[in-house]
Amino acid sequence: MKIHEYQAKEILRQFGVPTPRGHACFTLDEAENAARELGGSAWVVKAQIHAGGRGKGGGVKVARTQQEVRDYAGQILGMQLVTHQTGAAGQAVRRLLIEEGANIAKEYYVGMVIDRSRQRVVLMASSEGGMEIEEVAAHAPEKIHKVWIDPVAGLTDAEADAVARQIGIPAAALPQARACLQGLYRAFVEKDAMLAEINPLVLTADQRVIALDAKINFDSNALYRHPEIVALRDLDEEDPAEVEASKFDLSYIALDGNIGCLVNGAGLAMATMDIIKLYGGSPANFLDVGGGANKEKVTEAFKLMLKNPGLRAILVNIFGGIMKCDVIAEGVVAAAREVHLKVPLVVRLEGTNVDLGKKILAESGLPIISANNMADAAQKAVNAALS
Amino acid sequence: MSILINKNTRVMTQGMTGKVGQFHTLHCKNYANGADCFVAGVTPGKAGQSYEGIPVYNSVLEARQQTGATVSVIYVPPAYAAAAIDEAVEAELDLVICITEGIPVHDMLRTRYKMQGKKTRLIGPNCPGLITPDEIKIGIMPGHIHKKGRIGVVSRSGTLTYEAVGQLSELGYGQSSCVGIGGDPINGMKHLEVMQLFNDDPDTDAVIMVGEIGGSDEEECARWIKSNMQKPVVGFIAGITAPAGKRMGHAGAIISGGQGGAEDKLAVMEECGIHITRNPAEMGRTMQKILKG
Repeated sequence: MKIHEYQAKEILRQFGVPTPRGHACFTLDEAENAARELGGSAWVVKAQIHAGGRGKGGGVKVARTQQEVRDYAGQILGMQLVTHQTGAAGQAVRRLLIEEGANIAKEYYVGMVIDRSRQRVVLMASSEGGMEIEEVAAHAPEKIHKVWIDPVAGLTDAEADAVARQIGIPAAALPQARACLQGLYRAFVEKDAMLAEINPLVLTADQRVIALDAKINFDSNALYRHPEIVALRDLDEEDPAEVEASKFDLSYIALDGNIGCLVNGAGLAMATMDIIKLYGGSPANFLDVGGGANKEKVTEAFKLMLKNPGLRAILVNIFGGIMKCDVIAEGVVAAAREVHLKVPLVVRLEGTNVDLGKKILAESGLPIISANNMADAAQKAVNAALS
Repeated sequence: MSILINKNTRVMTQGMTGKVGQFHTLHCKNYANGADCFVAGVTPGKAGQSYEGIPVYNSVLEARQQTGATVSVIYVPPAYAAAAIDEAVEAELDLVICITEGIPVHDMLRTRYKMQGKKTRLIGPNCPGLITPDEIKIGIMPGHIHKKGRIGVVSRSGTLTYEAVGQLSELGYGQSSCVGIGGDPINGMKHLEVMQLFNDDPDTDAVIMVGEIGGSDEEECARWIKSNMQKPVVGFIAGITAPAGKRMGHAGAIISGGQGGAEDKLAVMEECGIHITRNPAEMGRTMQKILKG
């Protein structure tokens, strides 16, 4: 789960990481009031969307007067902000962060992710602040310094100081850098994060170390123990179809093709998309109904897929293990009736109670195209979508 | 022969008194030698109960001492599953198979840290389990699609493993053992370790390796295969069409930071001598072609 920059900074502050003072704003009046309350002579007006690359897209402006704060806020609020992470349509800006300006002497990158091979949290730090870490990794990998953190010892003082020195933080600022890095690690672990980045971490002209930007993604499997994180969820930033799917415990991701897929199991669901493509078609979605699909879930899955006006066919691919084919067949028949299905429906059933399942489909009186295996199913779905 | 489990394996179910644990334990008990293999259940506070004639104990240690079971299968809900693995490791079991999906990643990081230097092997979590056809099934896979034979199967997916097995059985090729290592980012045995066991197993002639996007597990296994594997390997990677940055159902199935894409994995696998197919319907036939020469 993703959150906004201002929310991530609020969390980091709780763990002792200094950030610029600032306020989240939803209106121009709030933006202007925030600037007045913050005082000073420079403010940063920052679009709050979940995607990165906001500055390049025109979503971050430095204002020199309170009127400028209002003007920039007016330009940014409501704009469709297009960044390399939003896609061509962009993302509507509904929230702003108004912050005091910082006098930046030097920028750094620090981030944490989970290293799957080493099975540790890894701290990555670089002198190349403001650049995306992937870019640095591709062009100057020697500038990325890593620490694999021992879960019992945590990020030690010595480790934090060593990495801070490696990226060029001056000796006088090491205690502050240490507080930032250790605070970031504690936040990462205590809040069940999957990714946390401070990019840039800056050294100000008056030798303070502060987090100028922040990004934290959380493990959705751990949200049950973090109601305070769940409260930060912003549904406006998420795909409405994916939000709808999650209510029914369906794993759904919209793609740009025209053949809807309903599959049990994530691996088989991806493989079904792949084989559609291989046979010359184009998948409209990823959809894993999971192990316990019933009539209600299948019906909701059909409704989700049918929201796509370009949908030309549906392919149901079920390999019954836990799931019995007769149960899924009944669900498919009932769902097709309930939604008055108009697009061709190809169904491939295999596994537990497969014969019973095929019989239910055949006797339903519905124009269901039955397939004998995965290749047959993909070919039939691709043909149906073309006709 | 087979890898990891056979008809002499003695198994306990952790999370025995829950609906899921009971459902699958019954199916496993009814498969091949299951009635001899499944000897104990564990649910704290429920000692003295029994299910289908299988006695329930309060702890893994007690179940081990009373029945001699050295393998456990876990159906405990996600919030408690990592602790269940810890308990099995503390009791020095040989093998733990964790079926549970949805365990927080940080819980698994701590559990894997505690497992360092311990004898216990872990399969999963978020996996279908493993099976040695006609001998023993530990997990949630449909037993009837399997056939005894000489092909090993290792996979990160559940139903896609069934697909591979179904294709093999249909073509008349049975399986020595089939191992679902699970779809989570932090897990126990990886493709590489399972592949090593298949390489050493005299009754496995060839292996199907099924991977998916995310991480670098398949690449690491492929590099090992290149210099060590003495048996042919067929490979498939799911997710060629998966968009970057999206979690495709499995917690571990995500292309992040330009890493873990299917094409990159396939390229490494091909370069390492694995017989790859891009068609998930052709896993069985690709194996058939190789075996027929």
